[in-house]
Amino acid sequence: MVTTGTVEAQLAQPSPGVTDAVLLERAWRALSTVMDPEVPVVSIVELGIVRDVRLDGPTLVIEVTPTYSGCPATETIIRDIDDALDARGVSNPRIETTLAPAWSTDRIAPEAKRRLQAFGIAPPHVVRPRVDVAGISPLRRATQVMCPRCGSFRTNLVSQFGSTACKAHYRCENCLEPFDYFKAF
Amino acid sequence: MTANGIPLFDYVLRFADSDLVLAQRLGEWVGKGPVLEEDIALTNVGLDLLGQARLWFGYAVEIEAASGRRGRSEDELAFLRDGSAFRNLLLSEQPNGNYADTTARQFYFDQWHVLALAALSSSSDPRVAAIAAKAAKEAAYHVERSADWVIRLGDGTDESHRKMQASLDELWMYTGEMFAADAIEIGLIENGIAVDVRKLRAPWLVNVRAVLDEATLALPAGLWMQGSDGRGGKQGIHTEHLGHVLGEMQFLQRAYPGQQW
Repeated sequence: MVTTGTVEAQLAQPSPGVTDAVLLERAWRALSTVMDPEVPVVSIVELGIVRDVRLDGPTLVIEVTPTYSGCPATETIIRDIDDALDARGVSNPRIETTLAPAWSTDRIAPEAKRRLQAFGIAPPHVVRPRVDVAGISPLRRATQVMCPRCGSFRTNLVSQFGSTACKAHYRCENCLEPFDYFKAF
Repeated sequence: MTANGIPLFDYVLRFADSDLVLAQRLGEWVGKGPVLEEDIALTNVGLDLLGQARLWFGYAVEIEAASGRRGRSEDELAFLRDGSAFRNLLLSEQPNGNYADTTARQFYFDQWHVLALAALSSSSDPRVAAIAAKAAKEAAYHVERSADWVIRLGDGTDESHRKMQASLDELWMYTGEMFAADAIEIGLIENGIAVDVRKLRAPWLVNVRAVLDEATLALPAGLWMQGSDGRGGKQGIHTEHLGHVLGEMQFLQRAYPGQQW
């Protein structure tokens, strides 16, 4: 292979001796190819699961934050991170888990939210306040979720927990389709 | 008497064990939920609680190791302690019963859990604060769900109303312990580490009463409370139900020591 000296060329070469900046860039690119196992249209970088990538001496440190404490995908994600880095010539990274500040759906990139919707999952925060009607109990929820298929706000919560802990199960009264809502968190 | 002489270890275990035991109870519903959505919802709540239990256990392991005592692993704490070493709330170990029983147990617990976690989020112990802040976000969804079901069953048919009221009445005597602080907790409250649960009873009652009013149910009136005298689950004195939970949960590690996934 001809070395052109560009970052692209260096990234393509799993060789030792690359600069720190190149190594970090390579790591970020590798991580952006790791899709969430339960929401396979968005990467763990776009979801905000990767909090930091840095070097501790010669060791690459990946700091991740769990979405839900009991998320069964966490172990798969850590294995996928290892595999993606390994494929790009970065071996033996140290993966650290950080809790604070707690993960929030605010960390999801806007582009990823659009892709969630295209995938059929209502993204978090696409809600509008319910019309204020006197007599509605404060126990009732104050927001409505938009159907990702037809855009209607005539939707009803079926269950606070859908196909995964991070999603609620809704039904659209307009197009009558059921759908998942990525809960604001 | 603390579990190993370290008050903070004991305190962290109270949260870890309540989460673990309740998660195990909810897991018993797998495949038996009254409708598919509820089967999934119950086990997702259980999964959240299990995840939270692991965060607390992880901290407990570090506390014990740092003290220079015999350090136990997360699995040893969960699977190799006997009932009297468990520090969970009596409420969390009560049997699933019918769906109103499960709902009442979850409702009382969730209403307490959100208040306790919110307060613990500003604990002077940064690790306790971080775990609580993480768990509080999850508990916010649990509390909505269980309140919805109390309302749906209470303000439902005659039969569902009657059963929901009976379950609330039956489990009422296990709620007092949630608001009782013993010497271990009082010491940690003074350090700003622990939540003063004695102050949570009033806001808990306000919220519970609001839901029960909406559900056309009556607030139970009993005054006598199990375990609120410092001889309850938090001190390792349990109802007979815990042994049965542990018998199932711990079987694999007891029969095949050291097995891993």
